[in-house]
Amino acid sequence: MKKVFHVMYDDDEKLLVAARELVGKGIHVNEVFSPFPIHGIDPVIGIKRTRLAITSFMYAMTGLTIAVSFMWYTMISDWPMNIGGKPSFSLLENLPAFIPVTFEFSVLCAAHGMVITYLLRNGTLPGMPATNPDPRTTDNMFVMEITTDSNSLSAEELETAIKNTALFELSIKESK
Amino acid sequence: MQRESAIREPLILGHKTYKDITDDVVGPIMGPAPLGWKIMITISSIIAIYGIVSILYLLGTGVGVWGLNKTVGWAWDITNFVWWVGIGHAGTLISAVLLLFRQKWRMAINRSAEAMTIFAVIMAAVFPGIHMGRIWLAYYVFPLPNQFGSLWVNFNSPLLWDVFAISTYFSVSLVFWYVGLIPDFATIRDRMVKPLPKKIYGILSFGWSGRAKHWNRFEELSLVLAGIATPLVFSVHSIVSMDFATSVIPGWHTTIFPPYFVSGAVFSGFAMVQTLLLVMRKAYKLESYIHIKHVEYMNIVIIVTGSIVGVAYLTELFISWYSGVEYESYAFINRFSGPYSIAYWTMMTCNVISPQLFWIKKIRRSFIATFILSIVVNIGMWFERYVIIVTSLHRDYLPSSWGEFIPTATDVGIFLGTLGIFLTLFLAFTRFFPVLALNELKTILKSSGESYRNKQVK
Repeated sequence: MKKVFHVMYDDDEKLLVAARELVGKGIHVNEVFSPFPIHGIDPVIGIKRTRLAITSFMYAMTGLTIAVSFMWYTMISDWPMNIGGKPSFSLLENLPAFIPVTFEFSVLCAAHGMVITYLLRNGTLPGMPATNPDPRTTDNMFVMEITTDSNSLSAEELETAIKNTALFELSIKESK
Repeated sequence: MQRESAIREPLILGHKTYKDITDDVVGPIMGPAPLGWKIMITISSIIAIYGIVSILYLLGTGVGVWGLNKTVGWAWDITNFVWWVGIGHAGTLISAVLLLFRQKWRMAINRSAEAMTIFAVIMAAVFPGIHMGRIWLAYYVFPLPNQFGSLWVNFNSPLLWDVFAISTYFSVSLVFWYVGLIPDFATIRDRMVKPLPKKIYGILSFGWSGRAKHWNRFEELSLVLAGIATPLVFSVHSIVSMDFATSVIPGWHTTIFPPYFVSGAVFSGFAMVQTLLLVMRKAYKLESYIHIKHVEYMNIVIIVTGSIVGVAYLTELFISWYSGVEYESYAFINRFSGPYSIAYWTMMTCNVISPQLFWIKKIRRSFIATFILSIVVNIGMWFERYVIIVTSLHRDYLPSSWGEFIPTATDVGIFLGTLGIFLTLFLAFTRFFPVLALNELKTILKSSGESYRNKQVK
């Protein structure tokens, strides 16, 4: 049996101060729910910088490869044509004309690949149920989630430490 | 927390809290539809239906119902296409370029400007589609293998680049917009009481819960998307301009086209944003969020891009004379003194002279003047495309094939119809979508909100 503390604050700065204080006491904060990004919370509760940007570069390179090889296949290899006195005999000679499509297709792959990765990693997909503990966290409230199973302190000790911060509301639930 | 200089004008007026921002934006969505909205959407839908009927008539009869002829083979169709794509550019510029430059004032206008972009690009995409005549064969623009009875598409052609540019631009703008909407849909979902809308907003919000890690990814995603949308937006209108610039028609065959078209696009796009937002801020009582400072910022962008456009017009004129090519110089003499000189001088007045009025602070900071001038600019930018396209085509190398273009009722009907469809979509957006980026506005409340700012000063 573990206890889940949902500590609500009515201000982002209050939550930030409280999180610093609790983490300073060696308490692990599981999660923070907020209506907008709280700048500076990530290092405090141990969230690393996302690697999403790297994936977008990889998708862009994939798009670039697909675009160039496809244009090489259709224009140079499969059916070379002499259009308006501008023959298509080698990739290198035609490359300037291929730049726009290469660029557009790389951007297309980078943007969509990255967004799909983002949605999958977040687990936010059409029809998924909302998991925020309180509907007010998408409006004006900020909630910190602390559980007993990820902390060495006892439930009572945690509660005392939490109550010392400038909280707005505290809800304690028991779960498996 | 970020701090801002106290002498800067606040971006959010009045004593707002986080809750007020939610209430001000979500309130109108939860309440009944206002009468003004109902009247406006009825009028715009009627115009939209008229446009759809005109399009169906065109598709059923053939492109001959337009005023096109053997000499002028491209007229209102491509004019409207370029005009709508241009209008679309403001949304991406606001949300991407201004994000990279950390311009916080964009937060009040980016959501509706992006919506406008998407609807404008949809309207633009109508024209290449219907001008094919046989729209049921439109799939030939995609690279299909030869078994389909044709050769591969020509990747050397700017018209094909356009297919890739427009579809990439549309889909990337759409996901960029939607990703930003997800957290705001979650806000509406959590406030909605009625079960059916709650369910719908629940599906639209993808189960967003505002976890710290998700916000971390959200910010990275917005930044990277802005980074790749910025060159994209410049590439799109450059490619649109290459549809003309790579041909050998006098008046089109110029290297100035890409930058000239891009600045023209931003110019007309900002004008359209002004037209729509000045009405929207009043109708939805968003005066605290979109106020005179935002309008002034946008007017400054209009002066800059309008001046670039003006310089481009004069450069074109000068180069046509300086080149010594008689066809080129005749194309321009014909523009300002030929049968379409009215269109040329309308363009010059609306695009070169009228934005210069914004140098005067009183005009720049006046809602009424801005509203009128924004419509003037939009008219001017439509005429710009008309002038470039029709006057260049109607008199080319062979005087024996000179001709003139007169629009028909179908030309007019389709253009008006796209305006109607666009307005209908935009009105639907203002009714059911969060018109301000809630999650972004809340981040600047403390640094740029009036009441917080005053506390800092004390």
